[in-house]
Amino acid sequence: MTLDVAWADRWTRLSAERIAAARDELTELDRQIGDGDHGENLDRGFRAVVAKLDGSAGEEQPPGQIGDVLKLVATTLMSSVGGASGPLYGTAYLRAAKVTGLQELDAHGVVALLEGALEGITARGKAQVGEKTMVDAWQPAVDAAEAAADAGASTADVLAAAAAAARQGAAATVPLVATKGRASYLGERSAGHQDPGATSTAILLEAARDAATA
Amino acid sequence: MKKLLNDPQDAVSESLEGFGQAHADLVEVHLAPPYVSRAGGAVPGKVGLVSGGGSGHEPLHAGFVGAGMLDAAVPGAVFTSPTPDQIVPAILGADSGAGVLAIVKNYTGDVLNFETAVELVEAEGTQVTSILVNDDVAVEDSLYTAGRRGVAGTVAVEKIAGAAAERGDDLGAVTEIAGRVVANVRSMGVALTACTVPHVGKPSFDLGDDEVEIGIGIHGEPGRHRIPLASADEITQRLVDPVADDLGLGDGEDVLLFVNGMGGTPLSELYVVYRQARRLLEGRGVRVTRSLVGNYVTSLEMQGASVTVLRLDDELTALWDAPVHTAALRW
Repeated sequence: MTLDVAWADRWTRLSAERIAAARDELTELDRQIGDGDHGENLDRGFRAVVAKLDGSAGEEQPPGQIGDVLKLVATTLMSSVGGASGPLYGTAYLRAAKVTGLQELDAHGVVALLEGALEGITARGKAQVGEKTMVDAWQPAVDAAEAAADAGASTADVLAAAAAAARQGAAATVPLVATKGRASYLGERSAGHQDPGATSTAILLEAARDAATA
Repeated sequence: MKKLLNDPQDAVSESLEGFGQAHADLVEVHLAPPYVSRAGGAVPGKVGLVSGGGSGHEPLHAGFVGAGMLDAAVPGAVFTSPTPDQIVPAILGADSGAGVLAIVKNYTGDVLNFETAVELVEAEGTQVTSILVNDDVAVEDSLYTAGRRGVAGTVAVEKIAGAAAERGDDLGAVTEIAGRVVANVRSMGVALTACTVPHVGKPSFDLGDDEVEIGIGIHGEPGRHRIPLASADEITQRLVDPVADDLGLGDGEDVLLFVNGMGGTPLSELYVVYRQARRLLEGRGVRVTRSLVGNYVTSLEMQGASVTVLRLDDELTALWDAPVHTAALRW
């Protein structure tokens, strides 16, 4: 089964719902090691994204391809989230959009999309695995997606593998000491808390998975 | 949470609206997207100065828009950096053709959003340089952190670079002066209580009645360590010593001593801190030739203070003394 623009639309709307539901959880995680605005900021961003999607429905050219939806998400997040997560997620969706100038995605197309997102985040944030950032969820997600696609998995199973790996990656940030981002100011005191950015990454990839089986 | 607010979601825009009305002679407030520019627009031939960052640090930055300081300020959500679509029009509006200096505090969000905005305006032909303010000595090792934060020293950078721009320095010279201030300014802060971000609704960290947090930033983030409440003189020493040591201050040097309130500490206590800070500096043979005491870079209603020391030379002193007319600083 390939994924099309309807999937991208479902993914985006589901992301907005899940982020809204996790708003307080994300903010609480951020309050522990950051400045307590991650849930609020992402929720504001995704609410703006959905408003744009709804607004574009009546226009002459609503998003026709997966890449168009991702680009709309990218520009809206960049212009409404702020903080570090605005440019990081914005760039992620922008790079993801670049690799999907296609009507449909097969399993390897999904991997390319996730790889693009990861490249965007590392290009902007210059973080690596182990620094207690969203990269700690994205990198294992990309690795798992690639392994699944190489093994012949379906698009839905590739996304399921990515989402599961992202969730594990987020959980694995708990003992880490942050060396990038706001949490790095806490040094050793940042250990013992799950990274908010890695957590929101897991939520977004779970939404991608669920949108593929919906 | 007890605050003088309507809907917390509207806190920033309503505050900005009031600010614009109260200081209509100095600033122009734009709401979509939100930024504050100098009344009358860019000054012909003058290098433009733009800064910005999360709201909640008032009067930083909008309070420093005006003659002799900033041409535009870009407020983000509370403790959240502004977005590129706000920063871009602020920079473009501040450019009279002489170029623009962006003064950015070293936080990942501020750096990323300003970086993106600068790329966008450069593509449109505006000449922009950036300076990163990183005066907080509480962050010890930049190898293992995002680097030192920009805190109260930002006021000195904005004031002095603003004076250099006002006297007609070109973009290269204004940027060089700003860099010299950054290289010679250090700060350290203490919190007695945490602050409450309006949309979160509870304190940003938990601090016992008998504890203080040393080395705090200005976003309600916890500090480097926690100690039992001590006398003002003891706490002040814990702020001044690392600042003076890090600057490598020597006998006979001139400095600006700036005691900044975090928003919830009375001026009377800030002067108690100033008194001891000055005594400690003079004990090192350092001459305090310029002073500033007050709430300039705040963290909402946080109780606490920071001590900032800027090493002065004749040129920096003259630029500090140059006339300034903004909502929050004027002489």
